[in-house]
Amino acid sequence: MLSQIIAITGLNLKSIPQRWAPSLVIVVGLAGVVAVFTALLAMATGFESTLKANGRTDVAIVMRGGSDTELNSGMGRDATTLIKLAPGIRKGADGQPLAAAEMMVIAELVRQGDKANGANITVRGVEPASFALRPQLKIIAGRKFQPGLRELIVGHGVARAFQGAELGQTIRMRGSEWKVVGVFDAGDSHDSELWTDVGVAQTTFNRQGFSSVLAALDSTNSLATLKASLQADPRLSVDVQNEQDYFSSQTKQFRQQIGVLAGVVTLIMALGAIFAALNTMYAAVATRSKEIATLRALGFGGLAVLTSVMIEALVLALLGGVLGAVIAYALFNGFTVSTLGQNFTQVVFAFRVTPGLVGTGLVIALVIGLLGGFLPALRAARQPVTTALRGG
Amino acid sequence: MTKTGFVVANLFRKKTRTILTLLSVIMAFLLFGLLQSVNHIFSAGPDFLGATRLISQARVSFTQPLPLSMLPKLEAIPGVTRVGYSQWFGGVWQENTPLIMFAVNPQRHHDIYPEWVMPEAQWQAFANTRTAMIAGKAIADKYGWKVGQKIPIASNIYPQKNGSKSWTFDLVGIFDGKDEDWKRRAALVYINHDYFDEANQFGSGRTNFYVLKLADGNKAAAIAATVDKMFENSPDETKTQTEKDFNVGFIKQIGDIGLIVRWILFAVFFTLLLVVGNTMAQSVRERVPELAVLKTLGFSDGSVLGFVLAEAGALCLIGGLIGMSLATLLGAVVEKGSGGQFALQVSGAVWTTGLLAIVLMSLAVGLLPALRAQRLKIVDALAGR
Repeated sequence: MLSQIIAITGLNLKSIPQRWAPSLVIVVGLAGVVAVFTALLAMATGFESTLKANGRTDVAIVMRGGSDTELNSGMGRDATTLIKLAPGIRKGADGQPLAAAEMMVIAELVRQGDKANGANITVRGVEPASFALRPQLKIIAGRKFQPGLRELIVGHGVARAFQGAELGQTIRMRGSEWKVVGVFDAGDSHDSELWTDVGVAQTTFNRQGFSSVLAALDSTNSLATLKASLQADPRLSVDVQNEQDYFSSQTKQFRQQIGVLAGVVTLIMALGAIFAALNTMYAAVATRSKEIATLRALGFGGLAVLTSVMIEALVLALLGGVLGAVIAYALFNGFTVSTLGQNFTQVVFAFRVTPGLVGTGLVIALVIGLLGGFLPALRAARQPVTTALRGG
Repeated sequence: MTKTGFVVANLFRKKTRTILTLLSVIMAFLLFGLLQSVNHIFSAGPDFLGATRLISQARVSFTQPLPLSMLPKLEAIPGVTRVGYSQWFGGVWQENTPLIMFAVNPQRHHDIYPEWVMPEAQWQAFANTRTAMIAGKAIADKYGWKVGQKIPIASNIYPQKNGSKSWTFDLVGIFDGKDEDWKRRAALVYINHDYFDEANQFGSGRTNFYVLKLADGNKAAAIAATVDKMFENSPDETKTQTEKDFNVGFIKQIGDIGLIVRWILFAVFFTLLLVVGNTMAQSVRERVPELAVLKTLGFSDGSVLGFVLAEAGALCLIGGLIGMSLATLLGAVVEKGSGGQFALQVSGAVWTTGLLAIVLMSLAVGLLPALRAQRLKIVDALAGR
């Protein structure tokens, strides 16, 4: 039995080069499906991993109650001072609580390759502690801004994807010129931000308050301590969460949207590919009907014929799947785009084609190959030997 | 047998193959229709928004408010007939459903947007009731709001003076759009800016957007430049553009979806071309002797070419039309399901592109086999060479 299957399968596979054109339909069809599927989900994965990289559990973010995002949040200096003195916050090297009150505003920059339409970019006014709270952030070109001056440092994602944000250039905000004096790399969504001294930002943007307080926690239970203490204070109305929860809640919606898009597109394309595969395999079986009948007459079993046709379909499908994954990887891995994040500002991120995604893509290809191969295989196994030999 | 009959009969001599090919074509055009309409949303923007309205925002970003003191200066610009303003409220309905909600000046808004249809008495009530709100029919129907009700809405940005972020508004009117396009957009909520301005905790006298109604849409570019020039070098520099451009820019923020859509379309079409092209090539190959017989009977080379092309054309046309129709239906379902928020419209423009694609496809897949059929030498073909 097994030897029969091997014999016929070998025969089938060896004859593929002679009928490469129809076989190519399956390969290309599936390459298309897998490439589209992988690329779309690589986008979701890239976005997610960019935001997740920020998420630490030992840092808390405090915002005004019910505001969900930093953009909507606002607190006065008295409130941020109270928050910084709350229990549960780790002391920094200088003996002061390691916490930073930050202010987020938005500036419009124009994407590379775009002409007029501005895209929202986060401008983050920061305190010295903001750097200590994000040790992953490194200045990769130029220097830090000087407090009190209209100077900016830009995330390298912004510098790359938007116009006028490179080292030495100036950005115009609210009637004044801001010099880009440094570029930084944090490996997370801060790479999509412009940073400057919070005092200067407040003056320029005519704001007295802050958007959030970021605080280092001194132990694992400190979040609860901090939360309890801040919520018990009648002078404050704030939400406290750890950074990881804050960022993962932001990725949920995007993940869902891309998931739906990828699902619908893949489903429709997969249906098209199944029909194409059926067509090809029916044709393959039809052109070989005499050959198959001869084999049957020689004593080869129906199951062996069926299996061999299925294997042929699967091999072609796998070939297509691998080709699709390679195309997706070559074209899209590291491909940088930006989209709106929860703060209504751009998050620059790169597509990430992960092994898991490629694996899923290949499984989809195999399933399509299985579905596309089964009916033709059944027909091949069932056709009456005599009619086929007569050339019917 | 007529020539048409002949083509149809040929199509159905291998039923399974024809149906399967047709199904592939249908799937491809279904995707084509849907993706093309998504692409359309992102690239063209709504055509029905007139060029007679300008939107003026802070140049740095529309989240940065502009002072209301700019109003008289804007009104004094020649060619501007009316100026309104609107302020994003950050409205949240029930647990966590964001609303598209703006604080506006009722009378000015009424004058600037004649596209919103509502009884005059309700416009009056909106202007005269401090805590009034009006809602688009689409959203009022969705949440079952009735005129006369008190609607509790939270703001995720603005607390009231007493620190509470729960607000309550009196629903005094429900408006609808003047035509289908505007009816679809009637998912907004408006409240009275005067009331909002004095009741919220943070500063007053500010707005996110000015809306300028112009006497002549052709002067839009010049007037926009005038406005921006007027506030240049002040902290409140402006960026003024037509309502349509503003909407395009707003949608483009989501990212270069158009690029990704084009990549998908490319993959789909390449795949499709191969599938249908292969089927056509195969069917011609199988019929070489028949075609030779046709030629022997006196059919010209040209008409044999015509038969094969017509077959390819018929496959693409039938599949394409069914696929595009399915896309139109599915788009309508998606639009309804999202409560009009995601206007996935397979519009006339998308259909035009679709028809063009059908023609191009028919030629691409039919021409090679057809030429082969045309060039057949009778003797060789009959001899099976």
